[in-house]
Amino acid sequence: MNQWKNFTKGFIKENPVFVLLLGMCPTLGTTGSAINGLSMGLATAFVLTMSNIVISLIKNLIPDKVRIPAFIVVIATFVTVVQMVMQAYVPALFESLGLFIPLIVVNCIVLGRAEAFASKNNVLSSAIDGIGIGLGFAFALTVLGSVRELLGSGKLFSITIYPENYGMLVFILAPGAFIALGYIIALINRLNKGKA
Amino acid sequence: MAKLESSFKNMLISLLGVTLLASAILGVVNDATITPIAKAELEKQTKAITAVLPAFDHLGVSYKVLPIDGKDSMVIFPAFDANEMLVGSAIKSYTYNGFSGYIEVMVGIEPSGIVSGYQVLKHAETPGLGTKMSSWFNDSSKPGQNVIGRSLAAETLKVSKDGGQIDAITAATISSRAFLDAVNRAYTVINQGGSTTQNK
Repeated sequence: MNQWKNFTKGFIKENPVFVLLLGMCPTLGTTGSAINGLSMGLATAFVLTMSNIVISLIKNLIPDKVRIPAFIVVIATFVTVVQMVMQAYVPALFESLGLFIPLIVVNCIVLGRAEAFASKNNVLSSAIDGIGIGLGFAFALTVLGSVRELLGSGKLFSITIYPENYGMLVFILAPGAFIALGYIIALINRLNKGKA
Repeated sequence: MAKLESSFKNMLISLLGVTLLASAILGVVNDATITPIAKAELEKQTKAITAVLPAFDHLGVSYKVLPIDGKDSMVIFPAFDANEMLVGSAIKSYTYNGFSGYIEVMVGIEPSGIVSGYQVLKHAETPGLGTKMSSWFNDSSKPGQNVIGRSLAAETLKVSKDGGQIDAITAATISSRAFLDAVNRAYTVINQGGSTTQNK
């Protein structure tokens, strides 16, 4: 089994945001700045990897008819752990991500990977799949966050690139998220053309 | 190992097992993080109190006051100098009128009614617009928008659009109004009070 391919597919070819268009709610909601996008992506990547590992470990102990509730409990446990740890050690970040952390529980990427991959593959492949897709998600959110922050407020990771007065406010707000995402998807499709 | 079949007994046992294990993990993590969480919150509060008040020697006993027009109490932290003279009070004030609802502000008010400082503790305002309130209203180079040093005894703070003295944040008038509302209410609460309950 080609584990490298398994790992890299999450970045471009099967990128959850740019290609599969999954998890749009946190994507549009948390990418007002690059650092928020990055931290949200990393939190999701952690949950995704851990839940993939655990689910592939216990997949034979879970009867088919109750697999979804069992998966949700596993995912929710990890999300709550992330939430409590963030609240204890990085309270500022916890406040800015706020509502979106508990929402990782119902993030369709996490449940989707559990159902489509981890419940059918061994532990190693599932872990690599989780890391790959998770980092792909974090990458997508960071790119979108950077574009919005740069166009909207003239900063990148809070470092001023050009004066804020020239920023296009709309990119910080929700409509700008849709516009920026649309252009990035168009670009990715152009790059993938012929290869896919 | 073969997959367990979906009999009633198997489903019951596996779901019970999963949830039991999950609650055990959560219990352990909760135990481990409960102290750091409380510490982080207390630290933030102490830092905010120090930042909004003029230099003081020690804090008095904090107490809660229920404002006449609100359902939640505000916490007041009086600060004294070495001779037990009141140098000011830090009021944890709030408003529900923000663009995205709840805003919590720590407001420092001197006994004469002059605003000595503020810090925004909690809010969900729009990034890049309403979020500017943490720095907009204490910019000493722009007297039109600065609230520090203004006397709440003399005037109720209002944005210039509503006939007041304060320039609102560009494109965030609602957030500005809400912020000033929280500041005004902090003053109302220490002066007129409401029902007071002493903290231990």
